[in-house]
Order: sequence, then C-alpha cells, then structure tokens
Amino acid sequence: MTSNYNFAFLDENTKRMLRRALLKAVAIPGYQVPFGSREMPLPYGWGTGGIQLTAALLGPDDVLKVIDQGADDTTNAVNIRRFFARVAGVTTTERTTEASVIQTRHRIPETPLREDQILVFQVPEPEPLRTLEPREAETRTLHALADYGLMHVKLYEDIAQYGHIATSYDYPVLVDGRFLTSPSPIPKFDNPKLDHSPALMLFGAGREKRLYAIPPYTKVESLAFDDHPFEIQRWEHQCELCGSDESYLDEVVVDDRGSRMFVCSDTDYCGQRRGEQAA
Amino acid sequence: MSALLQVRGLSHHYGQRIGCQDVSFDLHPGELLCIVGESGSGKSTLLKTAAAQLAPSSGSVRYHQRDGDWLDLEELSEANRRRLAREEWGFVTQNPRDGLRLNVSAGANVAERLMAMGMRNYGQLRDIAKGWLERVEIDPARIDDAPTAFSGGMQQRLQIARTLVTQPRLVFMDEPTAGLDVSVQARILDLLRRLVNELGLAAVMVTHDLAVARLLAARTMVMQGGRVVETGLTDQILDDPQHPYTQLLVSSVLTT
Repeated sequence: MTSNYNFAFLDENTKRMLRRALLKAVAIPGYQVPFGSREMPLPYGWGTGGIQLTAALLGPDDVLKVIDQGADDTTNAVNIRRFFARVAGVTTTERTTEASVIQTRHRIPETPLREDQILVFQVPEPEPLRTLEPREAETRTLHALADYGLMHVKLYEDIAQYGHIATSYDYPVLVDGRFLTSPSPIPKFDNPKLDHSPALMLFGAGREKRLYAIPPYTKVESLAFDDHPFEIQRWEHQCELCGSDESYLDEVVVDDRGSRMFVCSDTDYCGQRRGEQAA
Repeated sequence: MSALLQVRGLSHHYGQRIGCQDVSFDLHPGELLCIVGESGSGKSTLLKTAAAQLAPSSGSVRYHQRDGDWLDLEELSEANRRRLAREEWGFVTQNPRDGLRLNVSAGANVAERLMAMGMRNYGQLRDIAKGWLERVEIDPARIDDAPTAFSGGMQQRLQIARTLVTQPRLVFMDEPTAGLDVSVQARILDLLRRLVNELGLAAVMVTHDLAVARLLAARTMVMQGGRVVETGLTDQILDDPQHPYTQLLVSSVLTT
C-alpha cells in the first residue's frame, strides 16, 4: 500500500459525503441521489462512479473483486483492482464467493450473491428516460410524479420495428413499485438477478454525478406489455470451455477465417466449473 | 345547462407588456368557440393561460369535472394538472412538430397518451392507434412510419388523432390549419367538424381566419390588443359587426 495517499485514495470528508448520499439512496430505492463527484485518476466512462462508491465502502478487512463484462482479466478490471490494492492495501480476489465488495461493469456474476456482499455498478447514464426526454428538469418531474408512460413508448417502438422488445441491455426496471431505474448496461439476462437479491446493489455514475441503490430483497420488475412479457436472452450453444448451458455467453471470433466460439462471459464461474470437472 | 369552463377576469402579462387583459367567457359542453384577431392580439396567450400552460397574472379559470365538482385551476397540483391535460383535455398546436414526438412512429404517437394512462396491452394499443389513423384519414398501413415522413397536413391530422385518442372533453386548438394549403385546410376543418360532432367535444380554437370561424364555431370572440372587443354568435358578428375593429376585420376578407 502506498502511504502517500489517504486510505482508498479519497479524503475522509469526500467519503463521508458519499456515505451520506448512499444512505439516502438505500432509504429511497431506485431514486437518483446527486453527489459531488470527484476527479479520479482515470477518465469518465471508465468507472469513475463505481470507483468512488467502492472507495467510500472499503475497509481494511474487505476483499475486493472487480469485473468488466464478467471478466476479471480485462484492462478496466485489472487496473481498478490494482488501484485499490495500492491505495487501500485491501486483499483482492477473482473468486466471487470470497469477495465482500464486487465492483462490476455491465454484468452480475453467475454465482448467486449473499447477504454479506455488496455489488457496485459503474453507470454511464443513470437516467432511463434520457433518450426520450433530454430535459433534466422534465425527467425529474416525471420521476416525482411517477409518470412513466414514456418508457413504454420506447418498448412499443421496439415491438413495432422488430416484432419483439429488442432492448437487450440497460433494460428499464421499476424498483419497489415506485422508481423507474436504469440497471446500468447489464444484459437483460441479468435483470431477474436484481429482483429480491440478498446482496446490496449500489450504482454510481461519476460523470452524471448521480448514485442510486437497490437494497437487499427489494422487488425489481422489468417493464413489459401484457401480451409481450419480459424475456431473457437464450443461446443454442453451450460454453465451449465449461459446457454450461445456463450462463451468459460471449461470442468470440478466434481466427481470420471467421471461426467463432461461445464462452461464458463470467470468467470466474467458467474457471471454477472447469476446475471441478478436472478434479 | 351548466358551463364546462368558466373564465373570469383572466389576464396574463409578460412583464410590463399585456398578453391578454381581463377576459371572461363561459364554454359549454359540445360548444366550439373561436377566438379571432390579428397577430399579437393575445389570442394564443389567452388560450395557453386558459389551458393552464401559462400562469395567470390575475383572474381565474374553473373547470367542471365529470363528477360535477368545480376545479379551480390555480389550486391544482402539478400532478393533477398533468393528469387533467392528458386525460380530459387536449391541446393541438399550430405547428404539428411541436405537438408530436418526431423520433417515434405514428402509432407510438397516437398510443402515447394511452400508455401514460396505464394501458399495457400492445395488441390493444395498436388496434386503437389504427382505428384513429383511419378516423383522421391516414392509411393505417403507415402506422410504423415516422411522422417526419408525413406531409404537413398529415402531421396535423396525426396530432389531432394523438390528442383525441383519450376521448377528451375539452380541446384547445391554436391555429390548427394555419400554414396549410387551402385544400388540405378544408379537409382538416371538415374532419374537425365531424369529430367535434361525433364526440360531443367542447373546443376553443384560435384562428385569424374568419372563414374558419364561420364554418366551425357557434360563438366567436374578437380580440385586439389583448382585450376582447366583441363577442357573440358567429353569424351575428360576421354579418353585423358592431366594433370598428371587427368591421375592419370583416371588410378585409377577400371575396372571390
């Protein structure tokens, strides 16, 4: 651990501000709480929101896991993990079951989470209505009045154009029957994992200066039409490494002739399964 | 019969300038009232203030609800004002591009108010949208086209469908036929007259075209400089204008 930094990089007053905002977010599930987002030593869009939340949460005994699209070994994940190892000296892990705080970009681990774990999402755009309504004052009013008909206009357009709800990631959810919320760009495959999750889910958007939360065991409902219910993605393939037929698969091009293979996007889940099969 | 909308001493000022000043009128169910006057006479300001889109500087607007209670619009919460504007009222703007959502299809435009009211059945929404496109003489096969692919007259008809889909009791229209060529204008006026009769709508329509007033409205108000200078039965006003400004207005209509 580098001693030239305060523990976990941010100063204590900033962490206190973040914790207060987080408490408010947990008290009002799905409500976007403004916070004073700080400059972080990485660019906006690389997880500045998530990294600030993680910094405010970490204690010396925490075990941190960072994933990017499910993988522990991509640039974003490796760098953020190394960052916290240096400025907080916390133990890091790639095992989902060992982690107490998991910072994630665009996936929820396949391994079921527990009550003593916290999942921190990196969020690029916290406002689910933004593409339909560019005015911030107006979207805030719509949230205040729970006036969410607009979101269904988008789903209607999907069905009208593609014959089914084509939105496949960042699929809008209604949290606790009240606030329309963006689950961050996770695939809709992961949406059912949000519902009544035992783990606390926190969402941080650094550039937009908003954070929000889905507390444990909260009802999270994916929007849909009566005659076009919510559905998750399915594959005709199994993971070519571990053979799983229930995890979220990435399609990977493996050579210049267009050959491709399907593998689990969650590297830890895939690795654990292969380890068990070898044993 | 009791009134649907009661406007008393309504004024709206833009700083020192007068938008409209001390306007009073009653609107009865099923009645179409025309507000005529030259540009800048305060017609649109009056319309927007009566429709609670602008806050009045003084005066009151009261609305007679379905359950028989009178609603004072000034005391209305923002949530209730929006609900009223969405479910019981409609507003048709002069430029259809202001009233339509241009980045979604025609069908979504028509169905939006229904979805806002909580309808969650795609098949039903689509059937209703198709029905309404037909009623405003747009080919239902174009339900998935973007409004930007429509002509100006079609856009205006689409806006009318989008507004009337929730079966409002009261519609405000701000020069719905201005900027359209004469034949398209005639079709839209014909359509409006038919729909107003079919649905028993009450409507307030702003226009600078006296022919429109004569065709559609039983009653007409003439405005000048923010004030109402003359009001009465349309035929009476057009055939026997009393106020010098009305006389000028009537005499300046081109006859062919």
